[in-house]
Amino acid sequence: MSEPTIEHVDRGPLSTDELAAVIGHDIPAGSYVNLGIGQPTKIADYLPTDEDGNQAVILHTENGMLGMGPTAAGDDIDPDLTNAGKVPVTELPGAAYFHHADSFAMMRGGHLDVCVLGAYQVAANGDLANWHTGRPEDIPAVGGAMDLAIGAKDVYVMMTLFTKKGEPKLVQTCTYPLTGVACVSRVYTDYATFDLQPDGVHVLATYGITLAGLRDRVQVKLLG
Amino acid sequence: MSRAQVLQTTDEAVAGIEDGSTVLVGGFGLAGMPFDLIDALIRQGAKDLTIVSNNAGNGDVGLAALLKQGQVRKVLCSFPRQVDSWVFDGLYREGKIELEVVPQGNLAERMRAAGAGIGAFFCPTAVGTPLAEGKETREIDGRSYVLEYPIKGDYAFIAAHKADTLGNLVYRKTARNFGPVMATAARTTIAQVTEVVPVGSLDPEAVVTPSIYVDRIVPVEARHYTVQGAR
Repeated sequence: MSEPTIEHVDRGPLSTDELAAVIGHDIPAGSYVNLGIGQPTKIADYLPTDEDGNQAVILHTENGMLGMGPTAAGDDIDPDLTNAGKVPVTELPGAAYFHHADSFAMMRGGHLDVCVLGAYQVAANGDLANWHTGRPEDIPAVGGAMDLAIGAKDVYVMMTLFTKKGEPKLVQTCTYPLTGVACVSRVYTDYATFDLQPDGVHVLATYGITLAGLRDRVQVKLLG
Repeated sequence: MSRAQVLQTTDEAVAGIEDGSTVLVGGFGLAGMPFDLIDALIRQGAKDLTIVSNNAGNGDVGLAALLKQGQVRKVLCSFPRQVDSWVFDGLYREGKIELEVVPQGNLAERMRAAGAGIGAFFCPTAVGTPLAEGKETREIDGRSYVLEYPIKGDYAFIAAHKADTLGNLVYRKTARNFGPVMATAARTTIAQVTEVVPVGSLDPEAVVTPSIYVDRIVPVEARHYTVQGAR
């Protein structure tokens, strides 16, 4: 069933904006989508549009809104209208507001098509670790991550493939505390895009590295 | 009498809150934060409080100011650690405050359950994670769930947009957040609003929190607080 890996070797790894564009391109038009706080927010600039140039996906923000528009500036800033990162945003035509229990029922009830989250680690079976380093001196903060991880129909992760020390973040077993079990379906990174299937980890594309080079640096069995 | 009282001052609105109370505090960051009620609670002085809120205070105002006063024993929240949560961070690191981290959806649903008379519920959130340790689990139709219990409040502090004199509430935009859920989950729900209007002037189709959930209403001046994230 799997397509051969597309190796982009005549270039470097993806920049954050290029990665956001790759993910935005893969989100189907017509989807209801939640973009996690931090890097995934950038994907909002690269979402599919309809023939009139209007955004063709509806953004959910877990603090209680569907139809979220771009970041607010100047006179459009309204303290009562923010995204989950508490940044002032705008509303698009067709927007709807709702309370928190409804907002999370949308996730857990399986109504949300896609969410994109950051991660410390993702395991080959789709386990996600993104809420706590596990270090005792760090104050844990989970927010909506655990609800999103088990709620959205497709959970995409956006992250760098390696830590600053060069350790791969796609691993056989997570060493960080888990956010959700076997919940991630796609992992989008600067060096490669991974599709997590029941038969294993497929590499859809590489950037600035060959599939063979990737296999040298990631200690997870990588299918083509 | 279960009809809501319309009060003129926030001091009257928070009168009688006992030491050791559990207070549900609305707001997501600063949006929907009932600042005036919290300031009144600081003046009122109740101690040994358990606070249930999404965050554990931002900057030095609102919930952060209450924490700084040493009136809070425990916080149940989903996201304490933020760039401007220095008051909570300091108390936590000194061991002066207890923390229970609750996934955001469970925080909302546990209060919804309390308000709806549900004894407990099985929820898929946090299965297989440290936040489910020690909790009862069950497999239902091939999926694993964790048993979660309601969170009841003695008091709820809500910031809504408008109330009528019966206590029907409408909200503004994402400032709605936890308000409608918390209003159902407390023995006494206290709402600060920017305007109290006569009965009959709210569109019944637009009422979000029906008056049956609201006990005390107090009008306050709209605050023009600094918006987080705005540059």
